[in-house]
Amino acid sequence: MKIIKICSIILSTFFVSSFAIASDMKVGFIYIGPPGDHGWNYQHDVGRKAVDDAFGGKVETVFQENVPESADAERVMTQMALSGTDMIFATSFGYMDPVINVAKKFPNVKFEHATGYKTADNVSTYSARFYEGRSVIGHVAGKMTKSNTIGYVASFPIPEVIRGINSAYLAAKAANPNVEFKVIWIFTWYDPAKEADAAKTLIQQGADVIMQHVDSSAIMTVAEEEGVYAFGQASDMSEFGQNAHLTAIINGWAPYYVKRVQQAMDGTWKGGEQTFDGIGAGMVIIGKMSDKIPANVRKEAQAIADGIASGKIHPFTGPVNKQDGSPWLADGEEADIGTLLGMNFYVEGIEGDIPQ
Amino acid sequence: MDFSDINFSLLIASLIVAATPILLAALGELVAEKSGVLNLGVEGMMIFGAISGFIITIETKNPWLGFLCSSIGGMLLASIFAVVTQIFRANQVASGLALTLFGLGLSALLGQSYTGIKPVAFPDMHIPILADIPVIGIILFQHDFIVYFSIFVVFLIYYLFRNSHFGLIIKAVGENHDSAHALGYNVILIRFFTILLGGALAGLGGGYLSLVRVPQWTEGMTAGAGWIALALVVFASWQPFRLLIGAYIFGGITLLQLNLQALGLEINVALLSMSPYLVTIGVLVFMSARRNKNSLEAPKSLGKTFFGL
Amino acid sequence: MLKIEPRKNRSNFLEVSAPVIAVILTMIFGGFLFLSMGKNPFEAIKLIFWDPIMSPTFSEYSRPQLVIKAAPLILIALGLSFGFRANIWNIGAEGQYIMGALFSGSIGLALYPLDAWFIFPLMILGGIIGGIFWAMIPAILKIKFNTNEILVSLMLVYVAEQILALASVGFLRNPEGLGFPGSRDLSKYPSASNPELIANSGIHVGVICSFIAVVFLTYFLTYHRLGFQIKLIGQAPKAAKFSGVNVNYIIIFCLGLSGGLAGIAGMFELTGPAGLINIDFNVGYGFTAIIVAFLGRLHPIGILFAGLLMSLTYVGGELAQFMLSIPAAAIQVFQGMLLFFLLSTDLLVSYKVSFNLGTNNSNPKSKSE
Repeated sequence: MKIIKICSIILSTFFVSSFAIASDMKVGFIYIGPPGDHGWNYQHDVGRKAVDDAFGGKVETVFQENVPESADAERVMTQMALSGTDMIFATSFGYMDPVINVAKKFPNVKFEHATGYKTADNVSTYSARFYEGRSVIGHVAGKMTKSNTIGYVASFPIPEVIRGINSAYLAAKAANPNVEFKVIWIFTWYDPAKEADAAKTLIQQGADVIMQHVDSSAIMTVAEEEGVYAFGQASDMSEFGQNAHLTAIINGWAPYYVKRVQQAMDGTWKGGEQTFDGIGAGMVIIGKMSDKIPANVRKEAQAIADGIASGKIHPFTGPVNKQDGSPWLADGEEADIGTLLGMNFYVEGIEGDIPQ
Repeated sequence: MDFSDINFSLLIASLIVAATPILLAALGELVAEKSGVLNLGVEGMMIFGAISGFIITIETKNPWLGFLCSSIGGMLLASIFAVVTQIFRANQVASGLALTLFGLGLSALLGQSYTGIKPVAFPDMHIPILADIPVIGIILFQHDFIVYFSIFVVFLIYYLFRNSHFGLIIKAVGENHDSAHALGYNVILIRFFTILLGGALAGLGGGYLSLVRVPQWTEGMTAGAGWIALALVVFASWQPFRLLIGAYIFGGITLLQLNLQALGLEINVALLSMSPYLVTIGVLVFMSARRNKNSLEAPKSLGKTFFGL
Repeated sequence: MLKIEPRKNRSNFLEVSAPVIAVILTMIFGGFLFLSMGKNPFEAIKLIFWDPIMSPTFSEYSRPQLVIKAAPLILIALGLSFGFRANIWNIGAEGQYIMGALFSGSIGLALYPLDAWFIFPLMILGGIIGGIFWAMIPAILKIKFNTNEILVSLMLVYVAEQILALASVGFLRNPEGLGFPGSRDLSKYPSASNPELIANSGIHVGVICSFIAVVFLTYFLTYHRLGFQIKLIGQAPKAAKFSGVNVNYIIIFCLGLSGGLAGIAGMFELTGPAGLINIDFNVGYGFTAIIVAFLGRLHPIGILFAGLLMSLTYVGGELAQFMLSIPAAAIQVFQGMLLFFLLSTDLLVSYKVSFNLGTNNSNPKSKSE
């Protein structure tokens, strides 16, 4: 008898669906890598947890990590939608076409796609003006370098990364006219060993402040070892370099996620919107500034951040020439969004070429 | 062109460090391949070694113990491969690929609570007097123990295959397991040994990555280093000293590429990155074209399963 | 001592029961793994093995998905299996898959936006040629210089990956893609897209092709002279040479077949599910297919089932991940276990294992070391 009882318990767990959900809404997230990367995916996961906390038991969140930007993304999102997910955040650029495809099949599911440019009736996009943050840390870097050489580890030559380099350079140059940038492209977002090598190379070539537009915290660790400065990327990385860590550009997705989920619950959510927020909206956060930065520089940096937040300062304000010397922005002119989004040139003063 | 920004002695010193993980892993694979075992699970053993060493170092605050455990970790994973391919006679290529999958998964699982921590620093050994010699001191005599150990292993393996009876047996097993068996050697046991040794060295290489070179734990941090190690063995045509040089060339190409970029030179990253593999194929063709030089060719039984007993 | 000898008559019962035993073992060990992570093991295993096929919520979508995910694996593994039978070890199918996609993609992108019926067939041809071209390098080197094809084909994977990176940030980059890496979306270019054959199922030409290939190659292996020669070379190379089998021809044939099928798989994946050429276009099908070939015991029908099983663990594994918050890593470990068990239990099928308790001292020399 006992055996039959046990069997029936086992069978019931096997066949009785346990997908009944008490929450009002289910929100799914898909990540390109593991949330444990302490970078890009980690911050999206922070945003997801903020949604959990903000709505208590009313909203259930699910996520899937390591989803390649291929046919697999489409399948993962479809399965999520089938399982009763009401809203899906796809958090990498390469999910763009899969999102549009899946959204077509599930008109009642709301999609949010990070950093893309295609929208639909039930697809909105969101992206952060990271270049605003780079302007602030560019200023700090310009002030902190003794060798006047700033190293920059870059991933792929895409507008977003080029924009960041230009923004940082303009700010650093304004802070320190003698400053020089050395850029290394490593053609990967995430390869700790390669990132470390690139940072070491830059340091050996005289850079004493390292900036990065790649995802891991390896560069911070190297900077700490070699006794130079670096900035946290996407997350505060001070635990990897107590002395090296000057400040960080933190991706603040939480307010946006909470806001959009709230709108979805209220019925005020709209597709086809393109959010491009910066420091002002809290999507780009300047981390805690280290004591290593002199007080006056901290103040200046804060002033720049505040100015950008209030709209008084635009990181790309003329006069700015392109690298080849041809004029881009006239005196006082601010860059238009189209040029920024498609940026494929260095500004005047940066050495080297963008690889093609 | 201005190369004065490149500090060549520092460049060489850091390429030695950069090459150490792949050198260690490749040395292990070399021994395994000499005995006729093709283990494509190097990447999996490396990353498992990386996390084993990292966890132990964090928990005990002792990097020496960490390195020991990284090689034990690599060995544990290798033992799965050994059991599956030697006892259950499964195909080596397929099992090796499965091992990589398994190792990547298991290490990520174990490492979940170990991200964002820094291990205790592993000290460099400044060899007295020698370390102070200009240029050469920086290049050769200011490294940590593992770097010296990896070079020691090169000598050891050279000796093994050059002068020792045991090395001859390994080679005999790798060249023709049936005749080695007929001569009375225990093919399975010898291969078990070389697979475990390969695992230990791959694990140690992985440990070097997470404890010294990067030093931190992140999922998938080997990022293909194990595959490079496999290429390296071929490039070196199964010769330990060529392996050493090859590892430094492989590491050097990457670093040189980064250095040239930092100088602002326009270089084709993709072409440069594929060059080691093209050169490897070239070396391979060259070696196999010289038919009379048997010792430079791939072991004849490489990748083949031994079914006798 | 353990004694192993080849079975004279392969038992049908074991053929079928060995993989079943492996799956059950995986369920038990995997169950403990999930349990140790605080997840309900029954629910996890049900999600992986049962729900994609039978659950009312998912199955309608998942069933065709299983076949779609399996199609490239089956196509590639089929080609590889012929070489493996003849002891020709092409492990660079991943590279051939990439080159097939690149060749066909280049053709499609070069003709964009021309609207013509011949583009898609031309791209199929391009995919085949791309794959064969990449596979001919190890083949010719092997014939000319006796170079080890395992290593050459593996090296060429890395080279192909670099060319792929070069293409996606360089010569095939979408001019309207705002500078992001990646080509135009070929699945949105009607003349080049891989059409969906059954509405809303996602089933495309490649899936049908892989089934046709299974049938055709089964026939080929069983009845064609070349199929017989391939089997002979694998089992008795000396006898094969003696009976006049042209080994060089077999090398060209086997590598060409596997390269061509890998190339065509890359082409179908590019123009269908993937859509565009990007740095991450290849997701390891070429390597997974090697495992599939062995799981299928190098037989086309076996490969069909092995491909479907593999695909089931992917699709079901994804369900388990987000339904139960099981980390992707645990699913990987689970898959790894399944593969080890499947590969290990294979021994029972082809070999007779017995315990010999008598004296066995055939290895005096190895003990002296």
